[in-house]
Amino acid sequence: MSAARSTLAGAVVATLRRDLLIAYKRKNDLFNPFMFFVLVATLFPIGISPEPEALGEISAGVLWISALLASLLAMDNLFRADFEDGSLELLMLSPHPLYFLVLAKNIAHWLVSGLPIVLVSPLIAYMLNFPEGAYSTLVLTLLLGTPVLSLLGSIGVALTVGLGSRGLILAVITLPMSVPVLIAGTLTVSQTLEGASLSGYLAIMGAMLVAALTLAPLASAAALRISVN
Amino acid sequence: MDKQPSERTEQVETLTPLLAVDDLFCERDERVLFQNLSFRLAEGQVLQIKGGNGSGKTTLLRILCGLNDNYQGLIRWRGELLANCVEEFRDGMLYLGHRVGVSKVLTPRENLLWSGHLHRQISADEMDAALAQVGLRGFEDSQCFTLSAGQHQRVSLARLLLSEARLWVLDEPFTTLDVGGVAFLENLIGQHSDRGGSVLVTTHHTLAVDGLTELTLGMGQMPRGSLS
Repeated sequence: MSAARSTLAGAVVATLRRDLLIAYKRKNDLFNPFMFFVLVATLFPIGISPEPEALGEISAGVLWISALLASLLAMDNLFRADFEDGSLELLMLSPHPLYFLVLAKNIAHWLVSGLPIVLVSPLIAYMLNFPEGAYSTLVLTLLLGTPVLSLLGSIGVALTVGLGSRGLILAVITLPMSVPVLIAGTLTVSQTLEGASLSGYLAIMGAMLVAALTLAPLASAAALRISVN
Repeated sequence: MDKQPSERTEQVETLTPLLAVDDLFCERDERVLFQNLSFRLAEGQVLQIKGGNGSGKTTLLRILCGLNDNYQGLIRWRGELLANCVEEFRDGMLYLGHRVGVSKVLTPRENLLWSGHLHRQISADEMDAALAQVGLRGFEDSQCFTLSAGQHQRVSLARLLLSEARLWVLDEPFTTLDVGGVAFLENLIGQHSDRGGSVLVTTHHTLAVDGLTELTLGMGQMPRGSLS
């Protein structure tokens, strides 16, 4: 056999491909977060008030909270199956840095659970009488914010993946870290509506994304090593 | 020492062993699993780790392959401390654990493609040949949840065929295999050893492999038969 050590890019692409393939084959995992997002957002008009003015006022917050809850719901799929069937051990014993492999898993997970939410959000926003003129801001904030939620959630999942009964512990670990993203996201939308310049707020969200991209996989990788130990 | 070292072990004594373990100590839930455990694994050596249930066989293997760092003692890979050569070590080691690392929703081919690419580039032909060799011809594209536990184990055996690792660390690889599978794996271990590869294996089954050496872990007592 010819010895050709796989490149890091090769290993990352293979991991990305594998996770997307698994998501594609388990369609309910694919649609659960998406359906959850739509359902939660739909409940607000029923529970609070169907008045367009009242809805328009809270719509940004509703969308963001629904996105946060949906991302939390989706998190558990990230490492659990791999932990249970032993694939996680293979991943950790690869000669390539775990950081990049975990990042690949995070990206695949966001493509499957986060991106559909971003794509459907204008539709739900329309249903909630979202103020005109801020649609692009909303989509942009979700586009920058949902990957951060995924990356932060991945730390929590990596920490709890070895536990038998998890219950709410994942939410307890993840939600406090997600609050700044929630604040930044809703603030960006409301400030834009009041005529503030968009770029400053988006820059803050972009900075959050960059920080999460560089630091969260490190933390997840370390947490996975502890969990598998 | 109640075990006679094999001739091969004596020959390579002067060379740097592939894996050297010194004064390994591991405690779990306030119970000492092993202490002062030292042994050498030379190139081409097959070492069977024996011991009763709960004697720490799996823990030892997980420590040796770097999944568990809850230990004291020195582990050297080709003379260098494990912590200083993690990448080279992972490149040269293949671990098959209790949980075989086969995703149930993927097909054997997709599983192998991924796990293979974590280490080296593999071609489709190589992969098909390996799957045929482990007796999974015709199952390459069936989703793994339709396959039996033994067939899952065979998917993981195909990894041995696709790997270039010098050291195989096998944790109970025989449990779900049928008679033919057991003979196949024994043969594979023998061939690997003939090519100069080393194997660490735990099993309760009597291995029919030439030049086999043994290490017995005792419940809380000093391990007998430590080599070298």
